Amino acid sequence: MTAGKTEATHPRLTRAHCQHLLQQMIRIRRFEEKCAELYTQEKIRGFLHLYIGEEAIAVGVMDALEADDAVLATYREHGHALARGLPMNKVMAEMYGKRDGSSGGRGGSMHIFDAEKRFVGGNAIVGGGLPLAVGLALADRMQGRERVTTCFFGEGAAAEGEFHESMNLATLWKLPVLFVCENNFYAMGTRLDLSESETDIHAKAASYRMPSEAVDGMNIVEVEAAARRAVATVRAGDGPYFLECRTYRFRAHSMFDPQLYRSKDEVKEREKKGPIVRFQGWVLDAGILHQADIDAIEADVAQEIDAAVAFAEASEWEAIETLLDHVGAVP
Amino acid sequence: MSEEITYREAAGAAIHDAMAADPRVFIMGEDVGHYGGTYAVTKGLLETFGPERVRDTPLSESGFTGAGIGAAMGGMRPIVEIMTVNFSLLALDQIVNNAATLRHMSGGQFNVPVVIRMATGAGRQLAAQHSHSLENWYAHVPGLRVLAPATVQDVYSMLAPALEDPDPVILFEHVMLYNRKGTLDRSAAVDLRSAAIRREGRDITLISYGGSLWKTLEAAALLAEDGIEAEVVDLRVLRPLDADTFLSSVRKTRRAVIVDEGWRTGSLAAEISAQIMEEVFWELDAPVGRVCSAEVPIPYPRHLEEAALPQVPAIIAAARAALGKQGEPA
Ligand SMILES: Cc1ncc(C[n+]2csc(CCOP(=O)(O)OP(=O)(O)O)c2C)c(N)n1
Repeated sequence: MTAGKTEATHPRLTRAHCQHLLQQMIRIRRFEEKCAELYTQEKIRGFLHLYIGEEAIAVGVMDALEADDAVLATYREHGHALARGLPMNKVMAEMYGKRDGSSGGRGGSMHIFDAEKRFVGGNAIVGGGLPLAVGLALADRMQGRERVTTCFFGEGAAAEGEFHESMNLATLWKLPVLFVCENNFYAMGTRLDLSESETDIHAKAASYRMPSEAVDGMNIVEVEAAARRAVATVRAGDGPYFLECRTYRFRAHSMFDPQLYRSKDEVKEREKKGPIVRFQGWVLDAGILHQADIDAIEADVAQEIDAAVAFAEASEWEAIETLLDHVGAVP
Repeated sequence: MSEEITYREAAGAAIHDAMAADPRVFIMGEDVGHYGGTYAVTKGLLETFGPERVRDTPLSESGFTGAGIGAAMGGMRPIVEIMTVNFSLLALDQIVNNAATLRHMSGGQFNVPVVIRMATGAGRQLAAQHSHSLENWYAHVPGLRVLAPATVQDVYSMLAPALEDPDPVILFEHVMLYNRKGTLDRSAAVDLRSAAIRREGRDITLISYGGSLWKTLEAAALLAEDGIEAEVVDLRVLRPLDADTFLSSVRKTRRAVIVDEGWRTGSLAAEISAQIMEEVFWELDAPVGRVCSAEVPIPYPRHLEEAALPQVPAIIAAARAALGKQGEPA
């Protein structure tokens, strides 16, 4: 590894930084809790895949990226969009399908995009984002730009051919991609050991000679440190890097899932070790933050969410006459 | 004996009964087992038949579809479930380059008795990667038989003959049909060749299939209130098309409108229209009409999704136009 122990690779857990990390995670959590509520009110329709339980990954990794790096994610991407800095108003309006949404309302919860933030979706075909990430990185390489493309996906994607083809291409061509596998141990209702002969996902990347490691995705400090190290090697031109973050999804796969495949006790046990309770407990115990700080975060976040809902409610529906817009550059 | 059940239940019962009847039949696909089936069609099968015959697969559409094709060649009778037609694109190579060609390429030495089921269609606000109707892609391919059961009876009764078919069968279930109730007679036999007349009429022929059939029937009922008697043809089998049925209907009514959730360009509706032109052009009293999806990836918001899809008012308008009646009924 070329990167040394610099500020860039080892974040200092200052009060301000801890506050930032906790605030980002709470922001995503409360936003999604609100979305679940709005779903039952039929304000948000279609599928809704909550990231609740996995927030430490998006927040920890996103902190290691620069503004001109690219980010790709899945249909479970609300947290990534928020952590990447998309305005919550626009994300919420997209959840509603309104004109002011981040994709003009066309995509909905699974297809949040923002070119300015280099947030390249919102892909609902499992594994579909990986080859795209390889291509974006290829373009950077061919045009001499030192940017990193980060691609988030679930462990379910590791079974797809596109995953393996992407691992090979990225390593073969030494492309600047950071692959982040969010291993929550279930692909819909299929448990990892029922779908993979090799359950160590990062070992698959290693078999393509890609540097890879597994980290505790419930520990934001560990995620951030690993992401900073990984990004440093990718940016240095050493080729792709594979980060497997082990985590757990606390909610159903989508709003239609009766969760027949796991027990309530299993979920309860995992919730006790969730990324927010854990980090919040730690910063309080260590005296880095105090209850008043947490209260302030919660109040801040509540206000931001109220404003986002008001924004989405007030936003207009796209006119039906625009139905055929955005199919091609030339109508 | 007949019973009232949902399309979902009928589809599940068909799989259950086929597995009970023939030990060579098994089902595999994503989340068919522990999850209970994405659309709950396969719920309970894992408990009844065990994991050997109800196989949860990894997210490997090309791999498990190809494995289904191989297992069929090896003497099994696999039912491969692909969650939706959108994801079947990852398995398109296996279906088109293997399943459809092996008999011909091998000079008739090999055949592929596989059934591949998948959900299709829009209406649930699932946006552009989950809502498409690509039945015509498969109906384009020689070597495949393509079914689109629209009724409870058909979704139950088409499976057994599909499994008996020595060649690959693709079976489409429209997502908006799963909750629909209908009458099922388990002992009734159906064929995999013919289209069905779902409503008789003398003034115009409306041709449809799958999820759009019910919109078409609704339109026909409304047209009847206005004194227009539409005949409704349910294609049922998209390949090979039963041209005799829709052509003889059009010969009788002299007018036709085709309702198809696929995009207009290159659609099944285009094919049917061409066949009508080729065979009964001189008997037509009006140009053939088409009601298809707008040429746009399906958008998420309800009003745009609805505007993109064939709807009852558009079917009525197309029928009235073919009859030379403009505007709203009096
Ligand atoms: C190619 C493809 N096949 C199937 C699906 C249906 N599907 C959506 S999410 C999912 C499970 C994916 O699991 P994983 O990759 O582990 O991500 P998670 O949902 O757990 O975040 C499935 C089967 C899909 N969207 N795309």
